Amino acid sequence: MNHKKREPWIRLSKRDGMTSWKVWSIRIGSIFLALVLGGLVIAMTGVNPFKAYGTIISGSLGKASAIRQTVKIAIPLLGCALAIAPCFKMHFWNIGAEGQITAGAIAASYFALFWADRLPGPSLILVMGLVGAVAGGLWGLIPAFFKARWNTNETLFTLMMNYIVIGIVRWLQGGPWEGRAGSQIIPQFAPNACLPRVFGIHCGWIIVLVLVLLMHIYMTYTKHGYEIAVIGDSINTARYAGMNVGHVMMRTMFLSGAISGLVGFILVSGANGTLNDGVAGGVGFTAITVAWLSQLNAFGMVLISGMLAILEKGAETLQTRLAVPTSISDIITGILLFCMLGCEFFINFRMTFRARKAKKAAAETAADSDESPAKEAVES
Amino acid sequence: MSEFVTLAVALVVAAITYGTPLLFGTLGEILTEKSGCLNLGVEGIMFTGGAVGLAGVYYYEKMGSPNGFVAVIVGLLCAFLAGALCSLIFSFLTITLRANQNVTGLALSIFGTGVGQFVGERMRVTEGGYIAISNEMKIFFQNSPFPRFLQDLPVIGPILFKNSIFFYLGLLLAVVLFLFINRSRRGLYLRSVGESPATADAAGLNVTLYQYLATIIGGGISAIGGMVYIMTIAGCVWNHEGLAGVGWLAVALVIFCMWRPLNAIWGSILFGALMILYLRLVLPFIPTQLYKILPYVVTVIVLIFSSLRNKKENQPPASLGLSYFREDR
Amino acid sequence: MEPVCAIELRNITKRFGDVVANDRINLCLQRGEILSLLGENGSGKTTLMNMLSGIYYPDEGEILVGGKPVSITSPREAFHYGIGMIHQHYKLVDVFTAAENIVLGLDEGGKLDMKAINARVREICEKYGFDIDPSQKVYDMSVSQKQTVEIIKVLYRGADILILDEPTAVLTPQETDKLFAVMRNMRDDGKAIVIITHKLHEVMAISDKVAVLRKGQYIGTVNTSETSPQALTDMMVGHSVTLNIDRPHYEDPQPRLSVSGLSCFDDEGVKRLDDVSFTAMGGEILGIAGISGSGQRELLECIAGLHPIAQGTIMYTPEGKSPSDLVGKTPMQIRKAGVAMAFVPEDRLGMGLVGSMGMTGNMMLRSWRKGKSAFVNRKDPNELALQIWKDLEVVTPSTNFPVRRMSGGNVQKVLVGREIASAPSVLMTAYAVRGLDINTSYTIYHLLTEQKMKGVAVVYVGEDLDVLLELCDRILVLCGGKVSGIVDARTTTKEEVGLLMTRVGGKEAE
Repeated sequence: MNHKKREPWIRLSKRDGMTSWKVWSIRIGSIFLALVLGGLVIAMTGVNPFKAYGTIISGSLGKASAIRQTVKIAIPLLGCALAIAPCFKMHFWNIGAEGQITAGAIAASYFALFWADRLPGPSLILVMGLVGAVAGGLWGLIPAFFKARWNTNETLFTLMMNYIVIGIVRWLQGGPWEGRAGSQIIPQFAPNACLPRVFGIHCGWIIVLVLVLLMHIYMTYTKHGYEIAVIGDSINTARYAGMNVGHVMMRTMFLSGAISGLVGFILVSGANGTLNDGVAGGVGFTAITVAWLSQLNAFGMVLISGMLAILEKGAETLQTRLAVPTSISDIITGILLFCMLGCEFFINFRMTFRARKAKKAAAETAADSDESPAKEAVES
Repeated sequence: MSEFVTLAVALVVAAITYGTPLLFGTLGEILTEKSGCLNLGVEGIMFTGGAVGLAGVYYYEKMGSPNGFVAVIVGLLCAFLAGALCSLIFSFLTITLRANQNVTGLALSIFGTGVGQFVGERMRVTEGGYIAISNEMKIFFQNSPFPRFLQDLPVIGPILFKNSIFFYLGLLLAVVLFLFINRSRRGLYLRSVGESPATADAAGLNVTLYQYLATIIGGGISAIGGMVYIMTIAGCVWNHEGLAGVGWLAVALVIFCMWRPLNAIWGSILFGALMILYLRLVLPFIPTQLYKILPYVVTVIVLIFSSLRNKKENQPPASLGLSYFREDR
Repeated sequence: MEPVCAIELRNITKRFGDVVANDRINLCLQRGEILSLLGENGSGKTTLMNMLSGIYYPDEGEILVGGKPVSITSPREAFHYGIGMIHQHYKLVDVFTAAENIVLGLDEGGKLDMKAINARVREICEKYGFDIDPSQKVYDMSVSQKQTVEIIKVLYRGADILILDEPTAVLTPQETDKLFAVMRNMRDDGKAIVIITHKLHEVMAISDKVAVLRKGQYIGTVNTSETSPQALTDMMVGHSVTLNIDRPHYEDPQPRLSVSGLSCFDDEGVKRLDDVSFTAMGGEILGIAGISGSGQRELLECIAGLHPIAQGTIMYTPEGKSPSDLVGKTPMQIRKAGVAMAFVPEDRLGMGLVGSMGMTGNMMLRSWRKGKSAFVNRKDPNELALQIWKDLEVVTPSTNFPVRRMSGGNVQKVLVGREIASAPSVLMTAYAVRGLDINTSYTIYHLLTEQKMKGVAVVYVGEDLDVLLELCDRILVLCGGKVSGIVDARTTTKEEVGLLMTRVGGKEAE
């Protein structure tokens, strides 16, 4: 028998503290890899990938009008990613932003549809924004309450809440709020219920950029932000420090939902001018990946949401100019997300390959990995 | 009376038709989740499965001298492989690279819906317009495999014998899955991986292997659901609007049926019924559109009650959604 | 001629870095014999046994099973040689039945016949006198039942050499008696059994032979019938080592914290503290000695308001104020009143520190709620961090460097330093020097003494008796959640404390 401990083929250990240039070169490398893979998919359709990427860039950033369109796509993504950040920092897996957006959109639409003539101009917009935020917040509070009280699984709960509220919009659309009978469409809002434009884009972009700053401050400098960070790291330590974990959870979810609700308000009032069941349109889900990939850093979210918006807008141009289906943007986005998600592994783990000469011994016992290496303290 | 019976029978038959894709989607996800992996990419997997399954059957038929039975096999196989491939991406990222399961699942659902759409549209573009399977082929996908006289039996005929072959396959699969998970040795080990990977690891089980297999096979099964939807309900035509949301409903159904394959049978029929109830049963006091949210409302209630009662058997697998790394203690 | 040993260790040495955990250990165990492996915490008992069960691999020496040298590289191989170990932390799947847990991971092939498995489990139960229902779910079980499942798991796999790591630590006296009865049955069946323990009366009650380890060294093996608790204690603790810790007298000690009749239960409903009463004086270090898991953690958590209290009062008298009861106050209120706790858990970070934050972020854990502003004050904590960095010579690149990435000693300095900096009037520390080198330990002893001389009531929970004897003014000894004695550290002996810890000589309440 060999007296050497048989090492597995590859040993993993957690690592901290890679130098930041290495971290960033891995991240940028992963984006590059994604573009190469995406290029392969494009090439399969018979289009030159370089030309396609060129079209994506020129289609999304080439003209002022194109840039406006791109920014319009980025606004809700960014806003919603900001909403999700505190929850994820707290390790509260809120995947219900889609629903919280919609809840906010419904509340805002109610005032747009039925109070437009009773509230003067600016106050109507303010009220819409406010009730949008409150509605989104309340919708987010429900799962948080059950999580805090009975530890109900929040991932599944928030997910279900999305479809409930979207169903409610469908009902409103075909029923009480329907415009022309049988049209299944809610009428366009009155002009005074629409967000004013700044530089040709509804002013939602200003709101969202202000939110970036506020969220950064909230997460880094406030007591609330501190509580969230501590709870996300260790619930035991949070209790030790005298924090009321359930209370913080509910408060944070309300805040998160409120920001999503505000995004919903921006969408109906700024982008669409009306409410429909696709108001969130997957933004709530994509925003989760935006938030996660930017390491919950508010400024990183600006970058990543911009990147995804460029892809989406560019893909539209790709279809009109080169007849590549727009769904290519989803595919490339997907590949991009996969690569960026995967690359974090190489940042967080150290891989130790076994020396080559031991390879033969291991081939005999490939599946042997029962023992954890002796690293623990002498005796507990 | 007889009118009521006819109506009720029609409703059940329609519920079964709509429930069958869900049944596959759910069974696949149950298998996946039993290993502790929460794959939220079911929506994407079902899209991909639907599109690739349709493409497989279409090109198989185009090759000439098609056989209906083989066509069904081709459809199943293509969808399964497509789903398995999607899940392989998920498994590699979450199990090997320890990426966050929620985020990876959502990325997969973006990617998968993109792939499904892309394949569907691409076929339309390259084949020039309308993609459809010939009527002779459709019969094999949509009609019952049972002899005529059984289907013509009153009441039980349509309910038990008039459904598409996929319903019976789904039933079989549910039973097989039940026996595997609850009665077999490997099934027991799989559950232990989902409950406590550390315990399974200490007992000498290969946690990674179990998770990979469960996720990949589960994804393949879910993808078949997408194919079934396209080939039966959508009438062998690519229809992304119809398919949208079915995958999420399947995720809901997994919770509703408490991670139990046999519950999935009646659960999927119930959810199928809720999906089409608004067409069949117009009640003056309930807006028809609100029927559609019932499956989700019911699921939320089930979720709340199971956490309230805190009965151990009705909880999600204990390590659901968590990546396992042995040296974490 | 001696019969062949069932298992024999020859010159086994194991090192972890620079620490020699086991130094040339020799051991022999025969079939039909129960061997106690006796030693204080950190004496290398568990490490030694982990080498038999395939978790660690010895650096030097030989293991012989049935007279033949073997190499055990995994738990699986250990089973192959008939060696089964029951660890302190049970690894069971909660929602499975006992029988399902027992067969987990077995490569028996064929179909899973629960009836046959249940029957076989029952057979084992009857043979040795276990009392368990194979189809009972683990989550419905008491700790002792879970332990039984672990033991059956090992027997089911055909082990005939059993190693039990402190099996009685979690059991009530009645359950312990039951376990011992079962162990005797197994011995009579020809199994070889090793029981790791540091409770002397159990050693005397159950074992045939006793092997003693001290600080990684093999002291010797004696027959239980030919020894006495006193002799064993001497072997276990050795002679006192002089540490030269400065121990000044404080002039005017005042009662600061009076605990009376304190009792509490854990989540499983097991009584962890039983009628504990003592008074901690300002200007005094009160040492708390005891075998690990005797209620030290619970005692501190109860005082800090982190553990529910079943009974009793904790009267707290801040300097120059009237006494008040801490029971029922929130952890925040208790801390604000001036009671600080620095508990260093086994994983060092679990409670009291936020691993992903730097020193400054961790300083804020105490002060984050101060002030009316919505913003946290980072300036004061940062200054505090800088000061601790300098004073305690913490090795870290900056005050924002995540503490998780610091070495153990530095993490502890941060924790203890922060608690001291809050200028408490009661300072509780537990395992403050766990895993630290000599110099750093002395830094901490010095800090604690400094606090004492300021009139603070210091409560020091420690593992090393030598340190307790030289650092503290008085020592309270806990045993099984009860106070088995409070002695004057200046006049007592290591043997006396050792006996109180294992309750030999103390009142036998069990």
